[in-house]
Amino acid sequence: MYAIQTTALSKRYGSKTAIEPLSLTIRTGELFALLGVNGAGKTTLIKMLSCLTQPTHGDAIVGGYSVKREPQQVKRRIGVSPQENAVAPKLSVRENLELITGIHSLSKHKTEERISVLSDRFSLNDRLDERAERLSGGWQRRVSLAMALISEPQILFLDEPTLGLDVLSRHALWKTIESLKGRVTVVLTTHYLEEAEALSDRIGILKKGRLLGVESADAWKEQTGKADFESAFIALSGEETV
Amino acid sequence: MKRMLTFAKRCAKEILRDPIHLFFGSVFPLILLLLLHTIQKNIPVSLFEIGSLTPGITVFSLSFLTLFAGTLVAKDRESAFLQRLYTTPLTAFDFIVGYTLPLLPIALGQAAVCYLAAVPLGLPLSIRTLHALLGILPMALFHIALGLLCGSVLSVKQTSSLCGALLTNLAAWLSGVWFDLSLAGEWLKTAADALPFLHAVEAEKALLQGSFETVLPHALPILLYAGLTTAAAVFFFLRQMKQQ
Repeated sequence: MYAIQTTALSKRYGSKTAIEPLSLTIRTGELFALLGVNGAGKTTLIKMLSCLTQPTHGDAIVGGYSVKREPQQVKRRIGVSPQENAVAPKLSVRENLELITGIHSLSKHKTEERISVLSDRFSLNDRLDERAERLSGGWQRRVSLAMALISEPQILFLDEPTLGLDVLSRHALWKTIESLKGRVTVVLTTHYLEEAEALSDRIGILKKGRLLGVESADAWKEQTGKADFESAFIALSGEETV
Repeated sequence: MKRMLTFAKRCAKEILRDPIHLFFGSVFPLILLLLLHTIQKNIPVSLFEIGSLTPGITVFSLSFLTLFAGTLVAKDRESAFLQRLYTTPLTAFDFIVGYTLPLLPIALGQAAVCYLAAVPLGLPLSIRTLHALLGILPMALFHIALGLLCGSVLSVKQTSSLCGALLTNLAAWLSGVWFDLSLAGEWLKTAADALPFLHAVEAEKALLQGSFETVLPHALPILLYAGLTTAAAVFFFLRQMKQQ
C-alpha cells in the first residue's frame, strides 16, 4: 500500500526545470528522507505533494487522492511543518493548536485529547498558555511540529524539522519522529545527513531537479563504495551518474 | 463556515492583542479629538466644531484598518504561516473573508469610541449617531480591502510604510478635516473629490445631521472605491496564493 505515488511529476518555472519527470512511491508508514544540496528541488517537490504548487506535468496520488484534481481531499490527510516555525505569534500555544483542530473540524473532545497527547509528547504542558512569540526558536519549532501532527495526518511533511535546534532538542525530536514510524508516513527533508541516516527507512537524493535514486543509507554507501553516508552523499551530489 | 470563523477568530486575536493597534485604533483618534476640540474652544474654528470634527476623526481613524490588515497579511506571508495554512482545507474564500470579517466590528468599535467620546464634548446622542456609526462600513471595507491588497503584494516593511505613513497622511490631508480644501487651491480640491476620503467625511456629517439626500452623492464614490478595491484585493490575494 502506497501513501504517495507520483507519475511523471514535474515542475518548470518558465524555461527553468525545477523537477524533472519523477516517478516515486512511498509506502504507508514509511519514514522517507529527501536529500539534496540547496536548489536541488526538495522544497519544490514537497510543495507539489502538499498542494502548495501545481505540477507542470504528471500527477501525484497522496493519501489516495490526486494533488491536481482533489487537493481538498489531500489537504484533509496531510500535515506540514514548514522550514520556518510558522506559528501565530500572538496566540498562545494552546490557541495555535486549537486553530488547526478548528480548521480540520475536530470536535472539542477530540481537540482536548490531541492537545493532551501532543503536550506530553513535546513537553508543552507548562507552556500551553504562553504566547508563541515569547517562546524561544526551539520551543516554537516544537509547537510548529505539534501543529502539523494535531490533526492526526496520514502523511506528514517535515521540511528541515531540526534546523536551528540545539543538540539536545534535536535528539529529543528525533525520538518523536521515530515514534511515528509505522503509524504515520513521514517525508522529511534535511541537510543533516546523520539525521536522514538515523531516522529514515529509505533516502531519495535529488540533484538539479532529478531524482538520482531511492535507497537505504547502507545501500547508498555500498553503491558508492564509501564507508560513511556523508562521503556517499558528497560523491553522489558531486557526480552526474551513480 | 466553521473553518472560516476559526481563522477569523485567530485574525481578530492577532490584531486586538497588539498594543500598537489598540493605540492607533482607539487612543490616538481620541487624543486628536480632544486636542482639536480644545483648540476650537480657545480659537473658534468652524472646521473643528464637534459636529464636523467627530465624523472627520472617525473617518481618519479608519485609515489605520489598512495598516492592521496589511501588516497582518504581509507578516503571515513572510513568516510562512500562510504557507502552512494553504496546506490545510481552508479555501480562498475562507482566507479573504477570514481576514476581512474581524476588522468590521473593530471598525465599528473604533467609530463608537469616537462618537461616544464626543458626547460629553457636545455632540448630541440620537438615532442619527447610530446611522453615522453604521455609515462607516463601506469606507471601512475600502480600507480593509486596501490592506489586504497591500499585504498580498508588499513586504511587512513596505506595507507599514505605505499604509502607516503615506496612506494616513493622504487620508488626513484629503479629507477636509484639518483645513478647508478650497483654500489650498483648486487642484487639491479636485484630487480630494476624486478620492473617497472627503466623501466619507461629508457622508458622515450628513448622516449626523439627518440629511439623507446629501448622503447619496457622497456614498456612490465610496461604494465604487470599496467595490473596486475589494475586487483588486481578491485578485492579488489569489495571485499570491497561486504563486506559492
